[in-house]
Amino acid sequence: MEESENMSNKKKLTASLGDKTFRLLTLLMAMSVLALMVWIGWQMVDSARPSIAKFGFTFVIGRVWDPVKEQFGALPFIYGTLVTSFLALIIAAPVGLGVAIFLNEMATSKVRSVIGFLVEMLAAIPSVVYGLWGIFILAPWLRETVEPGLAKWFGFIPLFQGTPLGFSMLAGGLILAVMILPTIASISREVMAAVPNEQREAALALGATKWEMIRIAVLPYAKSGILGGVMLGLGRALGETMAVTMVIGNRPDILSSLFAPAYSIAAVIANEFTEATSDLYLSALVEIGLILFGITLILNVFARLLVWSVERGPKGGISS
Amino acid sequence: MFTKKRQFLTGILLGVLALPLVGCGAQNSNIPVGQEKIEPVTLTGAGSTFVYPLLNQQIEAYRKNNPSIVVNYQGNGSGTGIKQVSEQTIDFGATEVPMSDEQLKAAKGGTVLQIPLTLGAVAVTYNIPDAPKELKLEPEVLADIFLGTITDWNDQRIATDNPGVTLPDLKIAVAHRSDGSGTTYILSDYLSRISPVWFSKVGKGTSVNWPVGIGGKGNASISGTIQQTPGSIGYVELAYAVQNKLPVATLQNKEGKWVAPSLQGASAAAVASKISTDMRVSIVNAPGVDTYPISGFTWALLYQDQRDKAKGSALVKFLNWSIHEGQTMSEGLLYAKLPPDLVIREEAMLKTITSEGQPLLK
Repeated sequence: MEESENMSNKKKLTASLGDKTFRLLTLLMAMSVLALMVWIGWQMVDSARPSIAKFGFTFVIGRVWDPVKEQFGALPFIYGTLVTSFLALIIAAPVGLGVAIFLNEMATSKVRSVIGFLVEMLAAIPSVVYGLWGIFILAPWLRETVEPGLAKWFGFIPLFQGTPLGFSMLAGGLILAVMILPTIASISREVMAAVPNEQREAALALGATKWEMIRIAVLPYAKSGILGGVMLGLGRALGETMAVTMVIGNRPDILSSLFAPAYSIAAVIANEFTEATSDLYLSALVEIGLILFGITLILNVFARLLVWSVERGPKGGISS
Repeated sequence: MFTKKRQFLTGILLGVLALPLVGCGAQNSNIPVGQEKIEPVTLTGAGSTFVYPLLNQQIEAYRKNNPSIVVNYQGNGSGTGIKQVSEQTIDFGATEVPMSDEQLKAAKGGTVLQIPLTLGAVAVTYNIPDAPKELKLEPEVLADIFLGTITDWNDQRIATDNPGVTLPDLKIAVAHRSDGSGTTYILSDYLSRISPVWFSKVGKGTSVNWPVGIGGKGNASISGTIQQTPGSIGYVELAYAVQNKLPVATLQNKEGKWVAPSLQGASAAAVASKISTDMRVSIVNAPGVDTYPISGFTWALLYQDQRDKAKGSALVKFLNWSIHEGQTMSEGLLYAKLPPDLVIREEAMLKTITSEGQPLLK
């Protein structure tokens, strides 16, 4: 009797010791991510110091980027990055959601597996291939068909004015939309698949049509997950480099027209880093990277808050 | 049983570990008696992407006769080459942009020598629907196109140089390299030389603040952009233009002669230019009737005082071979040959390189 008690005590001890070790180990791993973030951030601030000291806040609002005269302002790059990313989001979010709804709720299993596979294939294409496709197919098509058409019908809006060149913010936004579509579609699809079937059955039992069932039973249940997928897509769009630089026209200007060439933060770093020799030039490129880091951080925090507020609201479905 | 197995495994492991030793022994014994034993040397270089294909071929060819010298060259940009030489993380660099006085001063290992390895030319290429066979652009017109002051192909100033040619009523779309590039450096150097407006407004550099136009990353991207945009004009390395059969503009050199880009034209520019003792010289808009005006050198960068005698000696030997025998490979790969007079001066320069106070090349 006593012996067995001893045994169980011993077991408890080793178990709790194992638990403790495990807890410590996982804590260490979690902390290492945080440490890595802080370290990268600090390294960047440190390397950007000459540029921060020289330009101060004018770096963020400056509109001239002249490596020869060493005059650096990041605003055109911030503008180009944000406009192309949001353009991509506006196009890809509804389409991605539509794809997810179709695949989950409407398609037969055969169609689902084929289209689902194709959508996921989009994510596997290397970005340089997207870029080449952009140069040889997308840009000429935009220049000859889409941009003149938009100018004809919507030319009164400043967004659609100017000479159609093909290589433009519109091209950058479109190519990003294609690239983030699989992220949004596959995450939305998985979240929707996780919606319990009882939800659907209940809605249908109440006499809802298929569309009503999706609207009242599936989407509200899955909304926070869908939002997360969209934000993940946005994150990818912000940092995408190769495909964007090949079609955006690489021109550090702020023009209201979507037909105008522009530049993105990731693109200018990739383009100019290898040939930047002076300290100030290099630190300006690091500082612009720091700005991208900051933008991503702010948007992620914002996305978290959005997801929380959505989660805190009514869960949706029949139960609410 | 168990220990036996372990012994067996240990035996195998030792055997495997010993293999390279045996290999080395065999290699060393191959060297004929009486010849001094040569330790294999690995040299690391980095920099200019422009020179990469030529250097790589030279390295391959050189290795056949000198198996003990291994050269690894990475084409990761002139700027990187300069930086790494300055930090002493590589044995030699290559650049299309000469090092500035400040950069030379900042180099950690003392005096850096800049030795021309080869020459290249930059071709102006265009896409005009129903293109004329020849498009002539005089210096001021070329500068004004890249400055954005001439905006249409049927501009009177372009027409004056091209009698009998009807150019379409089409907007000019300037295309330029968006990545930092030696090609951009040579072109902007030329435009700074011939146009006071360009000189004060834009200047020269591997990346510049372009007054107009769209940017493409790399030769492939820029030529794709030009190919896909009617009315565009841009520039690429001559080798790239020839390989891809791109139309190239005929330019006017300093003597007023019309010249198409060619390797001979680039070599002629080097012959006609006065080259200073440190070899840091720009050969754009050089005199001479056969000279093509937009040409430039690629330099090797190395320290005059080599830290490691074995490495230094191998490096100097390889570079000496590269500027002599190695030049026979240039034209096949579309690089211009170094002029013979210059090669003599370069050899003299290589002879000034020392290690532990002794010259490495006799």
